Amino acid sequence: MYPVRKEGRFTILELNGEVDLYYSPKAREQILECLNDRLNLLVDLSRVEYIDSSGVASLVEGYQLAKDASLEFGLVGVSPAAMQVLQLAKLDQVFPIYDSVADALAGRKHGPQENNGAQGGG
Amino acid sequence: MGRRRITGRRVAADGGETVIEVRELVTHYGNREILHGVNFDVRQGEIKVIMGGSGSGKTTLLRHMLGLHRPTSGSIKVLGKDIAAISKKELYSLRRQIGVAFQGGALFGSMTVAENVQLPLREHTRLDEKTIQIMTRMKLEVVNLSGFEDLMPSELSGGMTKRVALARAVIMDPKLLFFDEPSAGLDPVVSAELDELILKLRDALNITIVVVTHELESALKIADRITVLDHGRVLITGTVEEVRNSGNEVVQDMLNRKPRDEVIDADEYLRMLTGS
Repeated sequence: MYPVRKEGRFTILELNGEVDLYYSPKAREQILECLNDRLNLLVDLSRVEYIDSSGVASLVEGYQLAKDASLEFGLVGVSPAAMQVLQLAKLDQVFPIYDSVADALAGRKHGPQENNGAQGGG
Repeated sequence: MGRRRITGRRVAADGGETVIEVRELVTHYGNREILHGVNFDVRQGEIKVIMGGSGSGKTTLLRHMLGLHRPTSGSIKVLGKDIAAISKKELYSLRRQIGVAFQGGALFGSMTVAENVQLPLREHTRLDEKTIQIMTRMKLEVVNLSGFEDLMPSELSGGMTKRVALARAVIMDPKLLFFDEPSAGLDPVVSAELDELILKLRDALNITIVVVTHELESALKIADRITVLDHGRVLITGTVEEVRNSGNEVVQDMLNRKPRDEVIDADEYLRMLTGS
């Protein structure tokens, strides 16, 4: 089980290690559980050493579910390596990405992204 | 499950862990010796190009690295495993970490583009259907084929077929990708696009790529290092600059696209003609 904690309005799911074909189903299960419980979710990737396409696919599925349910969803602590994987699939332009939880709480997105909040459905 | 760490950076051609190590490889087709003591290395994160003309032995070398042929002598280590010595089960496990894009694409004609791309996931994983669908669309987007999921292989152009094959080859995020003749049969523009795609995949996924090609322009563009084979022997291994500056006459003829006068072994030729 990946650690989960609460900060402000967000539930933070902290993925770690290698989120690959073997471990991504666990990550997916926890993401979907949080969203089914109608929690605003931030997925913390700062301790992720490696994330493969199956891990990224779980994040995509989670974000779509969040949008459909009008819940907030975002990624925090995305390493340059993980960012390259997201960029390859042009997902850096899709996910709300924050440098820190504090930035997410304040709605300050990472880098060139527009500062329009993490709210899904828009 | 193999362990690795994405660095996302371009690994210097003169550094990095060796992921393929071929030593003194000798192989035969029937009585005919095809590879004559080939030594060959690939380092983690690099694009290694195997160049050579028809009959140089480059595809034979590739098939050995995939474990499709057993050598007469010599050793082949891929991702630390001795291909000729490991069990079938270990070979099967090793192949899960390897992607291959074959020359003709090798797509299943009765399956759609999406079904072809996701086939390895269905064969080797128990991922949720939704995850498989998203991964398939992500990989098709990477190869610029979004929206073509439902086409049949017979409806694809040559360049599209290669890109579908590439998407299937990387669907499992392999550590090592083999690409056999990416440019064969493609026009120069499509070929250049495929070269860009190969570079993009290497840089974003930190994947190690071995490309077999006879296309000089493509090789010079994408390679970190090149090995030139000729008649089953390695002529040179080096960076693009080292190959360009090689004093080897055959290499220079290849670079200058100069036709070569074939030197015939009279006895062997006579034996071949008479079948004796």
